[in-house]
Amino acid sequence: MSQILQLSANGMAIGAIYALVALGLVLTYKATEVLNFAHGDVLMASAFVGWALIAGAGWPFWAAAPATMAIAALLAWLIDARVMRLIAGQPQFAGVMLTIAIAFMLRGLVSMGFGAQSRTYTTPWSGHNTDFGGVVVSDLNLVIVAAALVITLALFVFLRKTNLGVAIQAASQNQLAAYLSGIRVKRVTSLVWAISGAMAAVCGLLLAPIALVDIGLWVVMLKALAAVVLGGFGSVPGAIVGGLLLGLIEQFAGVYLPDGFKDAMAYLVLIAVLILWPRGLLGEAHGRRV
Amino acid sequence: MRYAYDISYRDAHTLLRYPAGRWSYALLALALIGAPWLLPQYYVGEMAYVFIMGVASLGLMVLVGYTGQVSLGHSAFLAIGAYAHAWMLAHGVPFALSLPLAGLISGAVGFVIGLPSIRVSGLYLAMVTLAFAILTGMVMGRWESVTGGYTGLQVASPLLFGVDLSGLRSFYYLCLVVLALVLAGLVNLMRSQTGRAFAGVRDSEAAAYSLGVWVAGYKVLAFVISAAVTGLAGALLAHQVGFLTPEGFDLILSLELVLMVTIGGLGSLRGAILGAAVISLLPSLISHVKPLLPDRMAKQFGLEIFVFGLILALFVLFEPRGLNGRWMKVRAFFEGFPLYRRDLFKRGKTYMKSERYR
Repeated sequence: MSQILQLSANGMAIGAIYALVALGLVLTYKATEVLNFAHGDVLMASAFVGWALIAGAGWPFWAAAPATMAIAALLAWLIDARVMRLIAGQPQFAGVMLTIAIAFMLRGLVSMGFGAQSRTYTTPWSGHNTDFGGVVVSDLNLVIVAAALVITLALFVFLRKTNLGVAIQAASQNQLAAYLSGIRVKRVTSLVWAISGAMAAVCGLLLAPIALVDIGLWVVMLKALAAVVLGGFGSVPGAIVGGLLLGLIEQFAGVYLPDGFKDAMAYLVLIAVLILWPRGLLGEAHGRRV
Repeated sequence: MRYAYDISYRDAHTLLRYPAGRWSYALLALALIGAPWLLPQYYVGEMAYVFIMGVASLGLMVLVGYTGQVSLGHSAFLAIGAYAHAWMLAHGVPFALSLPLAGLISGAVGFVIGLPSIRVSGLYLAMVTLAFAILTGMVMGRWESVTGGYTGLQVASPLLFGVDLSGLRSFYYLCLVVLALVLAGLVNLMRSQTGRAFAGVRDSEAAAYSLGVWVAGYKVLAFVISAAVTGLAGALLAHQVGFLTPEGFDLILSLELVLMVTIGGLGSLRGAILGAAVISLLPSLISHVKPLLPDRMAKQFGLEIFVFGLILALFVLFEPRGLNGRWMKVRAFFEGFPLYRRDLFKRGKTYMKSERYR
């Protein structure tokens, strides 16, 4: 029993990261219909920026985190406003290729700037654990789950209760109608990209102490893709549910299934869901228009 | 200025209509046959690699460029072809049989992977193939009795009817012959009924369906052909590399293949080969440029991937028709010399085509 609880706790923590990355992907997808393959590399780059500020320049974590988020948000804003906008209206394939190109460039720049070796930095929570009646959870994992909760709630309130949030929803539902009712669609979509960039930075900063600051950090995006698909493509609550579920599936597969299944699980889920159940958990029904 | 003036029905579907075209392709063939004796050794090997990647890129072009199904996982078919070929050679299957068999095995796997394409399309299919490529890499690492796992698998040298083809020049000719055969086959297939059905599926599934095209069947068929051709390239690649490890067939290789067809120009076999040439020769070109760069940048391995990304971005932004499109424009400029207009190839109407409600 305690093993199951322990696995659930670990799964929730890693699932929270997947959920946040998936949320960033879904937001940009809903706003611009571009599946942002550069999301994982923004995450990776911000982990490196965080390392440079904390371990390199000696900033305290609480100063480095907002700075990193701001840098990532600016980067994502620029990607949308200066690059992605040029191909607006072209088929989806162009968006996929362009974000892959941006991902390659980011990866190349980071590895040229920082070098390929992995590194780590300390956070205020490194090395502390909390005991919940037999279930030991590292404080970092608690912070990850808390951060995911806070960000999700803040985003929910922002999208539902503020004028700007409603404008974002309108712009991602129908750009032309939103434009005609006075919403600055370009600025709003860039803002969505910036928010998703800042979320990637949070994920990068929280994931790096667990998984090392490394060029390979972008791979978490592939897992997040599985989470997005599991939850239902283009659904915001689905992304969160899918992320958490995927984290749990991975942890339990690591213990109860043969060796090697833990890493493969995300991709097996991705393929199985897309083939057998393309709507996912909370996705909308897709009709096909001719 | 050249006008189409057909005097017999046959004129309309000959491959090379004009003497100029025939002469230039004959010259190209001569140059390629003579190249191993004129080029330095190193470049003969590089050219063989270009031919292999050309075959793989042609395979992917059938799927992405002609049928409109994006696959981000074609490194898996390269890997399956390579491992199947190496395994069969190690178990005494003669080279002449093993090479086509490797293509067939890869094609059979392509059939299985193609089945989902009936249900999912576009972005979803891209994700399925991406996940499939990652899973294949994991299986290659784990299935040690066949693939040798992460320790690797030695590839026997190619023996065709008792003649050893592992020398640089003979291997160059082997790759050239395979590329020429695959190209000839695909050129003819793509202008046959099958190829037209592919293009119909790409441009509008509903329209193709209403004209009696068996959409599901052709989608899977495109996968099978594409996987078989790519598997053939994988078998040749096994000899080029000499020693197979799962790391040799990672995601980057898949993306490089997609890069080749994209910068080559979707929907043209010439583009596939041009793209393959550019992308395969780029790393050695970059290694020539590296000494000119500041030491700190030159030492890191990130430069290559940065240049790949930059080239891809520039093509997507400024020349979406790729190298083939540029070639057509240059040719149109010279063929109709004073009459070329800058907007000759511009689409009349562009509009936002939302894929959200599909």
